[in-house]
Amino acid sequence: MPFTAKSGKFNAKINTVEIGTGDKAIKMGGENVLPFYTFDDAIENAPKVGIEITDGGVAAEPECIQKCYEGCESVVDMAKKAASFEGVDFLSVRLEGGDPNGQNKPTEELIQLVKDIADAVDVPLVICGSKNVEKDSELLDKAAAALEGRNALILAAKEENYKTIGASAGLAYKQVVGAESAVDINLAKQLNVLLTQLGVDGKNVVMNIGTAAAGYGFEYVVSTMDRIKAAALQQGDVTLQMPIITPVASEVWGVKEAMASEADMPEWGCQEERGIDMEIETAAAVLASGSNAVILRHPESVKTIKTLVSELV
Amino acid sequence: MALKGLDIFKLSPKKNCKECGSPTCMAFSMKVAQGAVSVDACPYFSEDAKAQLNEATAPPMKTIKVGAGDSEMVLGGETVLFRHEKTFVNKTRYAVSLCNCMDDAAIEAKLAEIPKVDYERIGERMFVEMVYVNYCADAGKEKYLDLVKKAEGLGRVLILGCTDPDVAKEALELVKAGKPVLNGANASNYEAMSAVATAAGVVLGVQGADANELYDTVAALEKLGNKNLLIDCGVNSVKEAYAIAVQFRKAAIKDSDRTCGYPSIVRVDQLAKGNAHLQAALVSLFTMKYGSIVVLEQMTYAEALPLYGLRQNVFTDPQKPMKVEPGIYPLNGADENSICVTTVDFALTYFVVSGELERSGVPLNLIINDAGGLSVLTSWAAGKFSAGSIAKFFQEQDIEGKLKSRKLIIPGKVAVLKGELEAKLPGWEIIIAPKEAVQLVKFMKDITA
Ligand code: B12
Ligand code: SF4
Repeated sequence: MPFTAKSGKFNAKINTVEIGTGDKAIKMGGENVLPFYTFDDAIENAPKVGIEITDGGVAAEPECIQKCYEGCESVVDMAKKAASFEGVDFLSVRLEGGDPNGQNKPTEELIQLVKDIADAVDVPLVICGSKNVEKDSELLDKAAAALEGRNALILAAKEENYKTIGASAGLAYKQVVGAESAVDINLAKQLNVLLTQLGVDGKNVVMNIGTAAAGYGFEYVVSTMDRIKAAALQQGDVTLQMPIITPVASEVWGVKEAMASEADMPEWGCQEERGIDMEIETAAAVLASGSNAVILRHPESVKTIKTLVSELV
Repeated sequence: MALKGLDIFKLSPKKNCKECGSPTCMAFSMKVAQGAVSVDACPYFSEDAKAQLNEATAPPMKTIKVGAGDSEMVLGGETVLFRHEKTFVNKTRYAVSLCNCMDDAAIEAKLAEIPKVDYERIGERMFVEMVYVNYCADAGKEKYLDLVKKAEGLGRVLILGCTDPDVAKEALELVKAGKPVLNGANASNYEAMSAVATAAGVVLGVQGADANELYDTVAALEKLGNKNLLIDCGVNSVKEAYAIAVQFRKAAIKDSDRTCGYPSIVRVDQLAKGNAHLQAALVSLFTMKYGSIVVLEQMTYAEALPLYGLRQNVFTDPQKPMKVEPGIYPLNGADENSICVTTVDFALTYFVVSGELERSGVPLNLIINDAGGLSVLTSWAAGKFSAGSIAKFFQEQDIEGKLKSRKLIIPGKVAVLKGELEAKLPGWEIIIAPKEAVQLVKFMKDITA
């Protein structure tokens, strides 16, 4: 008697959301099965892998990543190089320097940079804010305007600033709206509902449900994603059928395992390897929990996760 | 799977003799189904019927023990597919593989390397718990037996990867006291392998060319009476191994197919094909989705640090938050005049921060607030780590009476608290630390220099 598995294919499915334009445009979501469960049904759009750079340029990268950008004089050079690495599906630009508690760079300067990068690369773009909710209202509003026609993902609108960012990115400039919440299914749902009430098309929203590095409260991330996918697929909850994108890089390159120098922790060995593996293992785990895209920083991590995805889908 | 009263009645003696205290066999069967009485209350149920009942009420996934003495480990026994449904009970175990086909230098290097990863993280010892010793016929039996002995010297639970029953038998003679796993039953050798494993009292790993053959071989072994098994997810491809790991677990837990209800073993060392970074991705994937044992080609600190952290997170009980006792923790020989550092009572935060503070060597008093066992930003966002709550805690604990220092270092992630804290704790100098604990050693040294 052969093994007969019951199919775990659902009637509901995750929305398909496209970002970018032309040949390089990518599609996220669209599946009606759990992560990588190709034995239940075909997965049309494999999870996507993005690379992250910041307005701080090469100097702002961890030392081990700087060497991958050798010869890049400007952030635009860096963007071009990043977009060319093996396995890169999209480019994510984090406008970290805009944070008023940090460098507090003027909005105009950062938006000019966004425009210059957009002119230099043809891959889909994801624009991340400064993590300061007030500044991001302004920054992401202007970024959405500057990228009109590029079908970029604006990451992200939060509960505190969704009105401005949702209206700008979703309604005025027809970009894809990112919805960021804090590792809680109800918060994720609520923000999606608020955005749709504002008039944003729910089929044009991608969620960042929050994340952590492996080992740092990561169990909540796993369970939140598991529960969101169950609600979306099993219960057919349309307010949670948005694809999930997870910015892994901005979490993992801050923890000790990735940051401690080899001089400090000689038995741990090469720091670069530790950073890469922290990034790879965290990314693989969020993909296994249902992320439809991850944002990474080290070109080697990008390549590896791309390989993992192509082995599985 | 719960049995219905009617199913039990079908197996009952149907004597209606009332000796069990119930008026009829039917009434008795209903009570058994509800779990109100044990079948043993009836003296007339046949042994066969009882065995059938036990079988039907057993948990969907077997709990399998491997290793002996202090090294004994429990695998499987899971009752849910997702940790939020209840909890995962038996964590994934990691093995590193050796083969008699490797040259001597490579073997020695690996034997020396395996014990290197060994550290503690929040009260849990993190190390390579198992060693997989693969048999390659071309390299000869003698070398294999020799390697098995050497591997045993590491004191880890062994997995003998061997499909030749005669060689397996000889190898088990050497190491069976340690309760290793014998991985190597397949469609063509399973009877002999089962006899060897049973004689040695060890768990048998089952392999198959595909999911169907694997399933059939497990079923055939069960028929022989061997239910001390592991499911090898195979080495054909990542996709197939993942399909087997997920589908077998699902079939066992959701559809009560007990033939699928055994712990799994995943040969990532083979699936990664020498790509160390892909191996890292795969071991993470199979820790998330249903590897009971994952075999690696090597375990470096780079791979281990995120991996064991991930495992610790995923296998933690969601009903029990991990927290430490609030209060003053003097570190590095601190006295009442030593500088104060404060943070929250989340066990992970305490573990990370106190570790770094100890490394700095600077004497200090670490004041752990009552923040509901939450991380710095979580408790801050939840209003449990605010200037008000810190000031209140200082008062309740009589910090000012117990300590003379009036310098307080606060976590960089809550730098915003500075102003308000200065107002609520008059006389204290509030110092903002960096955001990450890893920056603490340098910071503490600089500030006290
Ligand atoms: C897991 C998690 C949860 C878990 C809680 C787990 C727990 N025990 O804390 C749950 C799901 C319950 C949760 C809930 C909430 N969360 Co939460 N959560 C997280 C998450 C993903 C990880 C937190 C974690 O475990 N970190 C690991 C520990 C070790 O970090 P840590 O304590 O900060 O310690 C580090 C540093 O601060 C430093 N450090 C600590 N002390 C000290 C001291 C000194 C001197 C120094 C130098 C350094 C230092 O060392 C550590 C390592 O470097 C974070 C996002 C993230 N990636 O951080 C969000 C996050 C903290 N949560 C957030 C929010 C908003 C919430 C909620 C308020 C959401 C809501 N509205 O319901 C609730 C509040 C809880 C409640 N009401 O009870 C936000 C906070 C936003 C902000 N900036 O204020 C975050 C940042 C997510 C986000 N991006 O929005 N959360
Ligand atoms: S003792 Fe057994 S046989 Fe007699 S009535 Fe009870 S169940 Fe039936």
